[in-house]
Amino acid sequence: MSEQAVDPAAYPKVRTCPFAPEPEYAELRAKAPVTKVPMAGGGTAWLVTRHEHFRQVLGDPRMSSDLRHPGYPQLSPGQRAIADTMAPSMIGLDGPEHAAARRAVLGEFTVRRIEAIRPRIQQIVDDCIDEMLAAPRPVDLVRALSLPVPSLVICELLGVPYADHDFFQERSSRILRRTTSAESRGAAVEEIQAYLDGLVTAKEHEPTDDLIGRQIRKQREVGEADHDALVLMAFLLLVAGHDTSASMISLGVLALLENPDQLAEIVADPAKTLPAVEELLRYFTIIEAATSRTAVEDVEIGGVLIRAGEGVVALGSSANHDPEVFDRPDELDINRNARGHVAFGFGPHQCLGQNLARLELQIVFDTLFRRLPGLRLAVDVDDLPFKSDANIYGIYEMPVTW
Amino acid sequence: MRIEADLDRCVGAGQCVLTEPALFDQNDEDGRVVLLATEVDDGDDSAVAAVREAVHVCPSGALSLVDDR
Ligand code: SF4
Repeated sequence: MSEQAVDPAAYPKVRTCPFAPEPEYAELRAKAPVTKVPMAGGGTAWLVTRHEHFRQVLGDPRMSSDLRHPGYPQLSPGQRAIADTMAPSMIGLDGPEHAAARRAVLGEFTVRRIEAIRPRIQQIVDDCIDEMLAAPRPVDLVRALSLPVPSLVICELLGVPYADHDFFQERSSRILRRTTSAESRGAAVEEIQAYLDGLVTAKEHEPTDDLIGRQIRKQREVGEADHDALVLMAFLLLVAGHDTSASMISLGVLALLENPDQLAEIVADPAKTLPAVEELLRYFTIIEAATSRTAVEDVEIGGVLIRAGEGVVALGSSANHDPEVFDRPDELDINRNARGHVAFGFGPHQCLGQNLARLELQIVFDTLFRRLPGLRLAVDVDDLPFKSDANIYGIYEMPVTW
Repeated sequence: MRIEADLDRCVGAGQCVLTEPALFDQNDEDGRVVLLATEVDDGDDSAVAAVREAVHVCPSGALSLVDDR
């Protein structure tokens, strides 16, 4: 697989500290909060680093999410080529078109619907931990828990056979890695699409009781079958649904192990896990720069004029470490109110699966530390392979013992 | 004080439900907000604070707290 070097001058930056966004972002936030920078995938874009401006950009209907726009920020090489070959999925639509696509599936992700699958998630987590306990130590937490939990959950929800997880996990991590060449990324996208195309077709012949099956029935009721839209939606939910939660599980466990006082508080009082999850989401902001837009009209942000056609990257990691909003932002503090964080984005595109992610994290942290009170890293923190080069930050491998 | 929800703007993120489940719910069809009450007692500080927090975290600006006096 050919790989491309990341230009050190380009944005978004590669993380140098595993526990903090690039220090340069803090400098920009203070001195040039809205500034034009060179992008890793070519061209330039406006980088927005303050919390207030982040919310403004993502809440403004004059900021388009259409990836095919010539000015759309290029986070990685080959992004443009993919956008041109694919029809836009929900994340690439604007206005009423976007609202319609989102509302079609939203009923599956309400707080109540997600809460209803709590027992099943608990069972999946318990099964994974049973297997960990039976395995020789050290155990790689990523393979044993971080990846299988969200993968199993999203596969069951969508109705995708979990037996195929190696296939789409390998390809989705290739899509998300910033150094992947354009050809390799394009091939990975096509392969997952072909796979899901087959799966949706099978369910069209025989609709099953899962998200894809229910969508097929819903479409038939209103008489507007849209096979391609379903394939795209399944693609989005599958890729977005497991790597993100997996990263937060690994990083969250690590951060809690590194802050034993705060871990002890959660173990003593599980009600603290919920605010801890919000704080961990804020602290790491694993999708630090996925929130890109193109101005379709002239828009002023923070006194800077962004012209129609220009790209904007709203930098979540920087917004979530803005000292105007979060006191001592670079410290992990599970007792702060982190609810105003933008780790799930903001505006009409705010993460659809956020309540599922919250619940998975909450159950994993509560269960893991209760069942394995002696859990600890089996290697030095500095030896962990962090995904500093990926568009979704995380850890590739995390050997643990107890 | 009155609680108002603009259903055209709501994107169904459910942040309001997480903040104050006694006042907000979501419909099963498309996830949009359902107000369980349209009034909040001015004197009930914690309820007023919860609604303010819901207004603040709502990603779409769909919620507002209106003081008609
Ligand atoms: S938080 Fe706002 S957008 Fe989300 S469900 Fe409530 S009203 Fe709708």
